[in-house]
Amino acid sequence: MLVPFTGRNGLAKIALTRVGHRYNNDIEALKNVNLDIHAGEFVCLLGPSGCGKSTLLYALAGHFPPSGGHISIDGKTVEGPSPERLLMFQEAALFPWLTVKQNLKFALRAKGVSRRESERQAREFIKLVHLEGFSDVLPHQLSGGMRMRVSLARALSMDPAVLLMDEPFAPLDAQTRAHMHQLLQSIWMRTRKTVVFVTHNVREALVLGDRVVVMASRPGRILRDLEVRLPRPRDPDDEALVAMSRQIRDELRRAELAGEPLPPSASETRELESKTDDATQAAGTASDLPVGAAGPVGARR
Amino acid sequence: MGLLVLWELVAKLGSWPPYLFPDPIEVARSMWRMIADGRLATAAVRSMARLMEGYLISVAIGVPLGIFIARVSLIRASLKPVVMGLQALPSICWLPLAILWFGLSDAAILFVVVMGSLLAIAIAAEDGVNSIQPQLLLVAGTLGIRGPRFYGGVLVPAALPGIVTGLKLGWSFAWRALMAGELLFVSGGLGQLLTAGRELLDVAQVVAVMIAIIAIGTATDRFLFQSIELRVRRRWGLLPAT
Repeated sequence: MLVPFTGRNGLAKIALTRVGHRYNNDIEALKNVNLDIHAGEFVCLLGPSGCGKSTLLYALAGHFPPSGGHISIDGKTVEGPSPERLLMFQEAALFPWLTVKQNLKFALRAKGVSRRESERQAREFIKLVHLEGFSDVLPHQLSGGMRMRVSLARALSMDPAVLLMDEPFAPLDAQTRAHMHQLLQSIWMRTRKTVVFVTHNVREALVLGDRVVVMASRPGRILRDLEVRLPRPRDPDDEALVAMSRQIRDELRRAELAGEPLPPSASETRELESKTDDATQAAGTASDLPVGAAGPVGARR
Repeated sequence: MGLLVLWELVAKLGSWPPYLFPDPIEVARSMWRMIADGRLATAAVRSMARLMEGYLISVAIGVPLGIFIARVSLIRASLKPVVMGLQALPSICWLPLAILWFGLSDAAILFVVVMGSLLAIAIAAEDGVNSIQPQLLLVAGTLGIRGPRFYGGVLVPAALPGIVTGLKLGWSFAWRALMAGELLFVSGGLGQLLTAGRELLDVAQVVAVMIAIIAIGTATDRFLFQSIELRVRRRWGLLPAT
């Protein structure tokens, strides 16, 4: 079941207050974005390209200060990048001259972990992403999916308070991406990290997120903040999930047509013919995925 | 082999006197004489020692200089035009200045060698840093890698393919500058051996020394620098792995 997110008790881990950003060329990338993210939530920022979702993520990571508003994590204002709010990119961005294990150890050593402890942790996290046996291989000898797994292992090994992911699986083929979704879900169910995940793929957002924050462009803003109530691990071909993705795509299209933020009530009443877009095709090809325990619609996980 | 036969034929059939155009046998004999009495080895060792000294100074200054030009905008604004301008100057043009400053000494030759290779190394290092994938610098930031660990562990290795190309280029520039400098006075190196051949009208010796210079230059380039370059490029994934 997809229900509007109504907020949660307690202090937010990540608090965005009236965040706005204007680039030098005067494009309004973000306008009045308010968002609270709680500890242990997996939040997907979903929207078409140019809706400011990546801008929001980079501001959250501290790579630049937004021109308006306030961002804080654990009550502290975000200033500059830090391993406490680790950013993962579309590219694996491994150091090409270091082997898989050396890549992990280098990051751990920079964090101040001792030599012996970094060796142990590097092994542990390589195992977590099922890359035992590839420890001493160089990044360029790995496939794109494997590189991304190393990148994920490196990110998790830093044990960040918040993990920020910028469409990390977008360049992968559908099959590999489906495997990454499974892997990330299973790791997340164990670690319950706070994750902010940017994507333009509706199904990806629904498979991964507790919450899907739908964004629209010109100016970049939050359209809907939805809670995904589906049991995990989720299957992208689950009927309920497919229905939800259609619902969200319709809303996105309406928002595009209207060019205006919709009042929440209006979006329920209007129905538009649904059309398959690239997001469905990309996720839909992963049909040979082992079927997860898809429960009844509306069941809480 | 065919080249040697052709050379022999040209020397025999040509109308030049043998004291101006030696045949290969004569050159080989002269080469053998210089090897046998140790003159060639002594001169080569002398030249190489001088080259190493100048080259190491160039590397020690040139690589950091290039990196700072790339990283620090103040240094870039002030030094880059100077470096680019001076680079247009052939290294031998530094010699008159070097002799005025240092006299006819080893220091003058060293100065010419350093000036000949330092700028090329600095420019290549700067280029290497500028062509680093922005993702790598971004990821270093998000992983919290800073300070010496950033420079030694990320920046220099990431720029290394470019830096190695600069080191190779710098070496060949240094080698040229050295030979030019050694020609000018009693320096005890290969260059002087070349001049000595001219002064004694021993054309076979001149050609033999030229061949020795070519051989040494090619050997270091081929066996030292190209193999290092290849190894770096392969490790960095810039070449298809074998």
